[in-house]
Amino acid sequence: MKYTLNVNGKSHTVDVAPDTPLLWVLRDTLGLVGTKFGCGIGQCSACTVHLNGEPTRACMTRVSSVRNSKVVTIEGLAEESSHLHPLQQAWVDLDVAQCGYCQAGQIMTAAALLRDNPKPSDQEIDGAMADNLCRCGTYLRIREGIKRAAGLAAGKEATQ
Amino acid sequence: MNTSTISQPVNRRDFLRLSALASGGLMIGFYINSSGEAQAAESTSGPGGSFAPNAFIRITPDSKITIVSKQPEIGQGIKTSLPMVIAEQLDVDWKDVTIEQADVHDRYGSQSAGGSTSTPNNYENFLRVGATARAVLVEAAAQTWGVPASECTTASGVVTHAKSKRSLKYGQLVAKAVTLPVPDASKVALKDPKDFKLIGRRISGVDNTNLVTGKSLFGIDVRVPNMVYAVFEKCPAFAGKAVSANLDQVKALPGVKDAFIIEGTTNLGGLKSGVAIVADSTWAAISARKQLKVTWDEGKVASTGWDSFAAQAKELSSKPGARVLRKDGDVDAAFKGAAKVVEAEYVYPFISHLSLEPMNCTAHWNNGALELWAPSQNPASGRAMISTVLNIPQEKINIHLTRSGGGFGRRLSADFMVEAAAIAQKVNAPVKLTWTREDDLRHDQMRPGGLHYLKGAVDAKGKLVAWKNNFFTFGNVGQGGQVQPGSGGALSGDEFPGRWVPNYLAEQTVFEANWPMGPWRAPGSCVFAFVVHSFIDELAHAAGRDPLEFRLEILGDKDEMPGTPPAAGAKGPPPAAYNVARMRGVLKAAAEKANWGKKKYPKGQGAGLAFHFSHRGYFAQVAEVTVSKEGQLKVDRVISVGDVGSQIVNPSGADNQVEGSVVDGLSVMMFQELSVERGRVVNANLDEYPMLRMPDAPAKIEVHWLKTANPVTGTGEPAFPPVAPAICNAIFAATGKRIRQFPASRTDLRWS
Repeated sequence: MKYTLNVNGKSHTVDVAPDTPLLWVLRDTLGLVGTKFGCGIGQCSACTVHLNGEPTRACMTRVSSVRNSKVVTIEGLAEESSHLHPLQQAWVDLDVAQCGYCQAGQIMTAAALLRDNPKPSDQEIDGAMADNLCRCGTYLRIREGIKRAAGLAAGKEATQ
Repeated sequence: MNTSTISQPVNRRDFLRLSALASGGLMIGFYINSSGEAQAAESTSGPGGSFAPNAFIRITPDSKITIVSKQPEIGQGIKTSLPMVIAEQLDVDWKDVTIEQADVHDRYGSQSAGGSTSTPNNYENFLRVGATARAVLVEAAAQTWGVPASECTTASGVVTHAKSKRSLKYGQLVAKAVTLPVPDASKVALKDPKDFKLIGRRISGVDNTNLVTGKSLFGIDVRVPNMVYAVFEKCPAFAGKAVSANLDQVKALPGVKDAFIIEGTTNLGGLKSGVAIVADSTWAAISARKQLKVTWDEGKVASTGWDSFAAQAKELSSKPGARVLRKDGDVDAAFKGAAKVVEAEYVYPFISHLSLEPMNCTAHWNNGALELWAPSQNPASGRAMISTVLNIPQEKINIHLTRSGGGFGRRLSADFMVEAAAIAQKVNAPVKLTWTREDDLRHDQMRPGGLHYLKGAVDAKGKLVAWKNNFFTFGNVGQGGQVQPGSGGALSGDEFPGRWVPNYLAEQTVFEANWPMGPWRAPGSCVFAFVVHSFIDELAHAAGRDPLEFRLEILGDKDEMPGTPPAAGAKGPPPAAYNVARMRGVLKAAAEKANWGKKKYPKGQGAGLAFHFSHRGYFAQVAEVTVSKEGQLKVDRVISVGDVGSQIVNPSGADNQVEGSVVDGLSVMMFQELSVERGRVVNANLDEYPMLRMPDAPAKIEVHWLKTANPVTGTGEPAFPPVAPAICNAIFAATGKRIRQFPASRTDLRWS
């Protein structure tokens, strides 16, 4: 089946089975590999993208259900490709990642949080991020990264 | 800081160019052999007129500096920290350096990342790799100016002769440098550590910008022109055989290009029997797999399970173990004469590595040669296995090393590599094999579970006088037909507190399981520290002693405890000594930073401590917890003090490893368990294998380092072992509830 998708502001027509998860359309068909496969059942949130601004698990989203929704992936998060989104910048400044595999999903979830709640409390951060698994255990730096991007006092010194 | 992604597949032409460049350079300075031999007379030139004094450094005439990182990057930060070591001695600014991930090649020496060895095995050599190149550049400048090299200095990639006020950038010296011999690396002068500008600075990971913008870095991201996609269904029961399958039906499904049975081997860590489905997309392969019906020969393993082994252990626990690991004094006599005797059963289950990037590998079989893109911790072992199992000469196997989405020991095994290679041999195109999360959980090389039956005693003064550990573990038949414990399932006779207690008995019984087991972050230590430091805590409380003071008394006044020499005729080097002084150092420091013994906690709050030595690192940790009356645990703070030698190469990365170890330690302790029944893992996916999420993470983790005059070593593993016992001991202090079984979520922590 042919579907026309709006991904990161560009229109793409793809020819895939209707039950294909958006995750695999992004990764295999469009070559946008920043969105990660972790579990396939919406439990790890490594595949988080924005669908009309809402953080959504791409592994559980059939391509046939996307329709006219605007899809934003980690590749399209920054408003200008030459600049990093404040969260991306904070992640680099604080050296948040270890293996880094989950971090695109973490950032996509955090970006929606900060858009709706520019100065979240620790509890609000924990609540918003609870579905995103980080196997390496960088949760404390993720918290700090969100605060730094929000312009809140971040506990850690920046790295170089 | 510039980096290049591994990105698009290295095309054939690029690869040849890179090879030629590297082989045109000179391999010196690396793995300087014991005689200090170095190839001094060879050219240092690389094509394009670049200066390539060894396999790790390239400098072009326009001063572009590239440092090649040979070790697998699995999240431990090695792709940042080891190039920092070279850059320090080369005396260049970090912002001017580009880091390039090496493919797999003998020119780099070992490229295995396991056992926290990447740093200790390379640190000294890499200092010399950088210093040697610097020495040639200084010599080039000295000859250009006709001045003694000793009058020249370097900084920020520039050689300066202060007397004559002349300076040249490294790039400007390349033309001269390539004509000079490379000096003996073992004799070049090294920068004094007090002059280090880079080592010891917090440096952000070299891949970070690419990671947060979603660039291709990982094995699963590899895309090769005309690539096809594969899944591989293995027998749910470990190493069962595929007898037949509805291949014709599967081959007729949309997008499916082929489906076939791979016979496989009996190696639990190697090529298993199963059915491969090859399709034009990952989803087409996964979809088709849902229609796959296989008849399996599950074999005898299908009658094994955790419950029956655990019941056997319980039954045997009062009898002598199968093998005595260590016997000092007379434990039975000591128990009779003791003031207090404590007995306890400690149990931990099998667990998974659960690297978030599922196992995967891309392979291309073409004209008798195999090209692989592998997220591996030990690519050479994969190459060797592929060579043996598929009968391909090693020199015909070319491996590109990708970043790994987590390792934790999982990717030391090469099962996923040999599967991809076996599938590729039957496919006329490059093929990417992707495991699903279900495959990953069901076919892990598991961390073995274990059961410990402990008995300990203190005398009238509250001093530890006797310790008995009857340990039950799991293994498989190894070389010589003997049942060998799985990785991390073997207790050493020297395991603390063996050697420190006058009456000590450690026994081990290995159940033959025929289950796949493999190294898991700090193998052995990751569980033994929990058992040992929880039980020490039990004994301290039984004796009415302070847990810190009790431990310091056990450690004693000696600064070093020698390893027990191997029995006469036994193979292997004598074990390394345990540096008691270093352990006392971190233990006292952790206690001091936690204000141990001085701080008062209300009921429901408390502090616990533990220490452990493993993988060359000495670590002590204090945990502070709050347990609500309803039994909800919150870890308020973990203070970690580590001693990994004289330098912390990249404190940002090292701290991150400790922070991650604390979270990982708590996650394993609280939640993780593989249920093994009927010879298979029955947990299907993450919904049946819970792991720690942000709300349950410790509120605070404080990382401290003691720098001591010892070799510089790694941080990936040794911070992990003390975490769980420190937290469990804190829970006891807070509630009086002792956790003797993982996952701790099963222990009722309610109090009133």
